[in-house]
Amino acid sequence: MSAAPLIRLKGVRKSLGGKEILRGIDLDVAKGEVLCVIGPSGSGKSTLIRCINFLEIPDQGTIEFDGAVVRPDESLDRHRARVGMVFQRFNLFSHLSVLDNLTLAPSRVLGLSADQATQRARALLDRVGLADREHAHPAELSGGQQQRVAIARALAMQPQAMLFDEVTSALDPELVGEVLEVMKGLAREGMTMLVVTHQMKFAREVGHRVVFLEGGVVAEEGKPEEVLERPKGARLKEFLGHFS
Amino acid sequence: MNIKLYVQTLLPALGWTALLTVTSLTVGVALGLVIGLARVGPVRSLRNAAAIYVELVRGIPLFVQILYIYYGIGYLIRNIYVPSPFVSATVAFGICYAAYIAEIFRAGFQSLDRGQAEAARALGMTRRQTTRLVLLPQAFRNILPALGNEGVALLKDTSLASVVTIGELTQAGRALSSLTLKSFEVWTVVALIYVALTLPLSWGVRKLEARLRVRGAAHPA
Ligand SMILES: Nc1ncnc2c1ncn2[C@@H]1O[C@H](COP(=O)(O)OP(=O)(O)O)[C@@H](O)[C@H]1O
Ligand SMILES: [Mg+2]
Repeated sequence: MSAAPLIRLKGVRKSLGGKEILRGIDLDVAKGEVLCVIGPSGSGKSTLIRCINFLEIPDQGTIEFDGAVVRPDESLDRHRARVGMVFQRFNLFSHLSVLDNLTLAPSRVLGLSADQATQRARALLDRVGLADREHAHPAELSGGQQQRVAIARALAMQPQAMLFDEVTSALDPELVGEVLEVMKGLAREGMTMLVVTHQMKFAREVGHRVVFLEGGVVAEEGKPEEVLERPKGARLKEFLGHFS
Repeated sequence: MNIKLYVQTLLPALGWTALLTVTSLTVGVALGLVIGLARVGPVRSLRNAAAIYVELVRGIPLFVQILYIYYGIGYLIRNIYVPSPFVSATVAFGICYAAYIAEIFRAGFQSLDRGQAEAARALGMTRRQTTRLVLLPQAFRNILPALGNEGVALLKDTSLASVVTIGELTQAGRALSSLTLKSFEVWTVVALIYVALTLPLSWGVRKLEARLRVRGAAHPA
């Protein structure tokens, strides 16, 4: 972990539908760090993560990536290409095979040849344990398989950081483990990760730092054992109570 | 019943009906796609222009549009270009059906899961790439039955082209009927030919619909 943050949010504010969802967020994610974001439903976790790759454009504040401020202009596509995102509901391209899901953006955005893109895709499918499903369509896969494909699709862009937005929340309990395993592997390799999650065990074991988001502000942050074992505020205590 | 005369007259007419349907539908789908895209696109002026087009065209009877384009516009531009009845009819049908098909495309785009576009943008794809490579193929698959229905309706509507003297089925029916003076017989045959054309098409559309529905129900995407 180096000192210079890869992602830095400064005073980020965002309103949606006339309501201020993010009310001034300051947050750093260091290179190679796994930052877990926890918080009650509606606290702005998704909005926060979506602001980082500008699926939502912040109203105020700045987002720096790799030392430079990201601006919502033509350069956005390049910014998004280097930040991988995995959604709660997978969002695999429903009209494409698994393999084509993985090759589409690398060939169209990065300009990889068909061969290069296919090679890269096969290696990633192998890594997430789905080498034998490359011709399947998303609808033919289980939720856990779909989410692993979605992670592989994001990795196919060789991003510098990965954003995970409650990626196991839509899964049957018995399928959660296989997805978390893939994420653990990524963390071990030093991928910079921002993980919104309700999996407290994952946050404790894999997270380097945990942030508790409450009402659109960072209410507590620190090492997992501090935040999760010795919460200071009443809200965090109450929130963690739901998980024990 | 003079079979030979019927075949000689109606077979080429059938060809014109088929050709007019195909060319008009092609124009209608192409134009309808452009207008449908404008309708859901990010540019407000284009959205408004597309909406006005749709409302305007849908407010004019197709029959009047055909007369307007062949006689009205045809007269206006007679010194520059004299379009054939076939070209006029294709343009008229294309313009008219584009309005309805644009609405079908609009609904098709709007019914797509927003997550599909977000996933594409999150991978760094441009808005254009997202539309062309992700949204359009999915929307197209979903609206295929609706487009098929438009094709069937169009096939029947081509009978209106007889007013601008294209030798399609209805025009041929008129000719035959004044030649033979056997109106009932002639129009029965003509009507049956239309049914013979539209029935398999409608059937195909319903099959397609059922197949898409089964796939959709089994795998909500
Ligand atoms: N497009 C939107 N328009 C209006 N309100 C929204 C929109 N998206 C989210 N919200 C609201 O913003 C709040 C925070 O949403 P979100 O960031 O998804 O929270 P979380 O992911 O922590 O559950 C919620 O109250 C939600 O209803
Ligand atoms: Mg959320």
